[in-house]
Formats: sequence, C-alpha cells, structure tokens
Amino acid sequence: MTEQADLMIFEKAREARKLIIEMVYSANSGHPGGSLSIIDILADLYFREMNIDPTNPNDPNRDRLIMSKGHASPALYSILSLRGFFPKELLMGFRKLNSKLEGHVHRGVPGVESSTGSLGQGLGVAVGMALAGKIDKAKYTVYAIIGDGEIEEGSVWESFMAGFKYSLSNLIVILDKNNVQLDGFTKDIMPMGDIGAKVRSFGWNVFEINGHNIHEISETIQKAKNKKDGPNLIIANTVKGKGVSYMENNPKYHGSPPANQSEYEKALKDIKEMTA
Amino acid sequence: MSSESLREKYGETLVKLGEKYNDIVVLDADLSSSTKTATFGKKFPDRFFNMGISEQSMVSSAAGLALSGKRVFVSTFAVFLMRTYEQIRQSICYNNVNVKFVVTHAGITVGEDGATHQIVEDVGIMSGLPNMKVIVPVDSIETQSVLEYLTENTTTPYYVRLSREKFPVLNEPDYKYTEGKSVTFRDGKDLTIFANGVMVSFALQAAEELRTHGIDVRVINLSTVKPIDRDSIIKAAKETGKIVTAEEHSIYNGIGSRVCEVVSEEYPAIVKRLGMRDTFGKSGKSWELFDYFHMGVQDIVKLGLECFREDKK
Repeated sequence: MTEQADLMIFEKAREARKLIIEMVYSANSGHPGGSLSIIDILADLYFREMNIDPTNPNDPNRDRLIMSKGHASPALYSILSLRGFFPKELLMGFRKLNSKLEGHVHRGVPGVESSTGSLGQGLGVAVGMALAGKIDKAKYTVYAIIGDGEIEEGSVWESFMAGFKYSLSNLIVILDKNNVQLDGFTKDIMPMGDIGAKVRSFGWNVFEINGHNIHEISETIQKAKNKKDGPNLIIANTVKGKGVSYMENNPKYHGSPPANQSEYEKALKDIKEMTA
Repeated sequence: MSSESLREKYGETLVKLGEKYNDIVVLDADLSSSTKTATFGKKFPDRFFNMGISEQSMVSSAAGLALSGKRVFVSTFAVFLMRTYEQIRQSICYNNVNVKFVVTHAGITVGEDGATHQIVEDVGIMSGLPNMKVIVPVDSIETQSVLEYLTENTTTPYYVRLSREKFPVLNEPDYKYTEGKSVTFRDGKDLTIFANGVMVSFALQAAEELRTHGIDVRVINLSTVKPIDRDSIIKAAKETGKIVTAEEHSIYNGIGSRVCEVVSEEYPAIVKRLGMRDTFGKSGKSWELFDYFHMGVQDIVKLGLECFREDKK
C-alpha cells in the first residue's frame, strides 16, 4: 500500500477511528467493534469511489449507500462529517437528547439515505433503490453494507433472491465479515459455512477481499462496478475492533465503549500508532 | 342494493392512476391475481414487481423505491403483511416515505379459507405506528376515491384495508373521500352507530329495525380510523348519549377502542362494541360467519336495545 491516494484514504480512516472512539466514549455507549471493522471500506467509498456532493446531498444522480448494520452509526456519522456533510462538532451529540445523531443510523442526518438499526432490512431497501435506478435508467450505483451476524436474518436472503431476479448490476453489497456478533463468535452463534458459495448459488457475483487493505478494497469495487451482469457481493474479511488492540476480536466491544479513561487513552494511542 | 368488489375497483383504479402518473410502482407477493394488482402488472410490466412469497424484502424494497422518489403501492393479503410489522415500522414509518399498503382479504369475509387467513387484529397493529394512517373503505366508490386522494394529495404511509367479498354500494357515484371526516349516512337523535367497512350496511339495516322500537338512530361511516374524527364522536356523545360501534375486526384496538378513548376523554357516554371478541375466525361462508360470531344485523339491534335497558336501571 504505497500509492499516495491509498495513504490519503488510510489517514481519513485513522481520523474516523479516532472520532468513533471519542463518540462512544462521550456517549458512554454505542458500538465501536463493528464501526472499526467497516471504517476502511467506508473511507474508501466516501473519499474515492462514490459520486456524491456534500453541498448537494439530494442530487438525483448521486450514488447511494445504505448502512444496513445501523449500529455502526459512529462509523457512518464520522465519515459523513469528515466528508463535509455536517460539522464535526455535531458528532459529540451522538446518542444524546436534542442531537440529530440517533444511536442507530438516522435519516435526519445529512448524507444518510435511510434509517437502519433493526437488522435485515437495509439490503431490501438497497434493492428498491437499485430497481428505481433501473426504471429511471439512471447511472448511479447503490451500495449496501451488511454484517455477517445480520445475514442470520431470513429477510436478507429474500433480498438476495430479488437482487438476482432483477439482475441488479447497479447494486454492490459489502459484507463486513468480522466474525463476531453480540453474544459471541458467529461460528458458535449460527455457523453460516461458506457464505460466498451460498450467495453465488443465489446467482450473485461474489468477490472476497481483505477489508483493511485500502488498495484491494478500491480495486475490487472498481471490478464490481465494471461487471455488466447481476448484483455483486464483496465479502470483506475484517477484524472486529480493528486498530484498538484490546477490542480486536473481542465480542465485549461489539456494544461497549472504552470502560474508563485509561482504556480510552489506550484506544487513541493504538489508533495513532497504526501503520499503513 | 347492488354489491361491488373493492379489490376489483382497486385494480381498475390503479391502472387509471398508472396511466396518469408514470412514477407509480406496484409490488405484490405472489397474490397479484387475488389482490388485482396483476391488471397493473400487465399494463405496466416495467413498474410492477412480483417479489415472490417474500413479504419482508417486498416491504423493505418498497421503502427503497419510495426513497428514490416513486409513489409506491404494496399489496398482499392483510394477514401476510403483518409479518413485516418491523419493516413497516423502521423502513416505512420511521423513514416516513410514500408507501401505500392496500391489502385485501381482511377480516372474516375471507370465509372458507378460515382462521389462518382471517385477520381481525390488523387495524390495531397498524394504528399504533407513528406516521401511519389507516382507512377502512365502506364500498367500491369510497375505495376509488381514497386511492385517488392518496395518490394525488399525500406522500406518507397509509394502510387501506379491503375485503375479498363484494360489499353493498352505499355512496353516490360523485362521493369524494375527505381524510379524517366521517360520513353520516343517516341522522338520528337517540343512538349513534359508528361503523366501517361492510358493517355500515349492517348498521343501516339495524337502524331501520330499531326505528320500529321507537329508537331514532344515527349511522356514521368511520372509514378513517386514523386520524379519527373526534368531533363527530363528541357530537354523537353529546346529542345521542348512547353509542354502538360495529367493525369486522377485534373489539380491541379498532374503532370500538378509538371511540371509547375519545368519549372517555371528552364526554363520557355509554358505548357498546360489536366485533370479534378476542377470538380467531373460522371456516364457513362469509355471511354465515357474522351470525356465528354475533356480528349480524340482529346483534347490532340487540346492542342498541341494551343501551336503553341499562338506562332504566
């Protein structure tokens, strides 16, 4: 990862990681683990891949992103803010009364396309947006971020069926495969076996990447965009809590902030010392 | 009195509206020949999506289409939409998007298909959702007017409850639906019957019979369950003192409950509720079932008379 552009994305992700920790620590609640696992992908999407304009957030030709795993709100909010959709100061209102920054992703926040939080719905919403894009012969791409715990919801597989039926080549779904969910490891809670093979058998194009390798993320999204047929799934192998040593692969930090000042400082120190 | 199918009218109206507005899209879940959205699907195949027996993804995708600027109609049987309560809650109502749920085969007039298909809880379930409005049309004419009104004047979620059976036509052809305004079909000073759907025609028959008992009955169509017409309920409580409600729904959380809420807050009056009494439906001919569940014309008459019996105590 030596290219200048990749390094720029890496630094944006680092900034966002810092904000994620500050937000959940300030709110004394929230979901750092799944925010840190998806943040490199979000940074790449919002700073390189997506056709968006923070000064014109309702542009009908914009690319859309549905954060189906709505508990990763700190990740989406921090990226949207860094990208210029709203001032950074608002981030510290996260989860507090009289702030727009609801605990889970909320459409009232500039740049947010749909409210999410209850799992298993965002992929369907993205399918609907992709259908609208097809009807209107629009050029935009619809992205959806789903979790690997989330795909235990049957509704996700209903939407996989619909994506295939309507050959939604304008849909790119990214699965944040961090292997951890609230109660523990996904392999123990509900083993899904070979997810790629399953989704491929539903008729989708399936790619697999290291979800923390900025260059690979970008390259694969471009590949998916250039596919003329069918919908696309990118399975991103990620690390829950990526960048904060004591949070990595630890189910406890699915939904808990740093427990005290020293954990908070340790988290910021780890993030500062991350290398590309 | 002639009867007409509400769902046939839905199918026809949808096509007319589709001709006029090219941003209307329709989703169904493998029941389009019964809900009558198939007519739209044939005419506008590019704007019709049969999502298969997958109601959850159908509702989520309806949200996505609405968020992209489409006017969205979603249809299936009332009972099957209920499995998507949470999709409706988060993706439709919390997003507050332009999705109209027009469901058919609600209530016990499903008949022979029996209890599994006869939902009598749906009005309550949908009424509890913030941003959701609920309409139970009385006949085919009101159905058409409701659909035109919703398409042309609203951009938020609605639940419109239709039946399998044909219902008696009670409105004049030039009737225009007004949201939140009940319609008085017959005036009276001794007792008011609030009803909606097919029960309005039952209430009108009951009113005739109560007249032979010297009781002057007002009959009001409360097709808009939410927002409810509080004024007409308060007026009835003040002017007639006694109220009967009649609905093809549970006595819980439908117009029976809503009328009780309004009168107990504003002007206490006797209210007797007619509807399904905390029970599932049953297979049988639609019209037999009303007698079986004590929801026939004679049962309304009986409730009306009871209001006066208690008065003498």
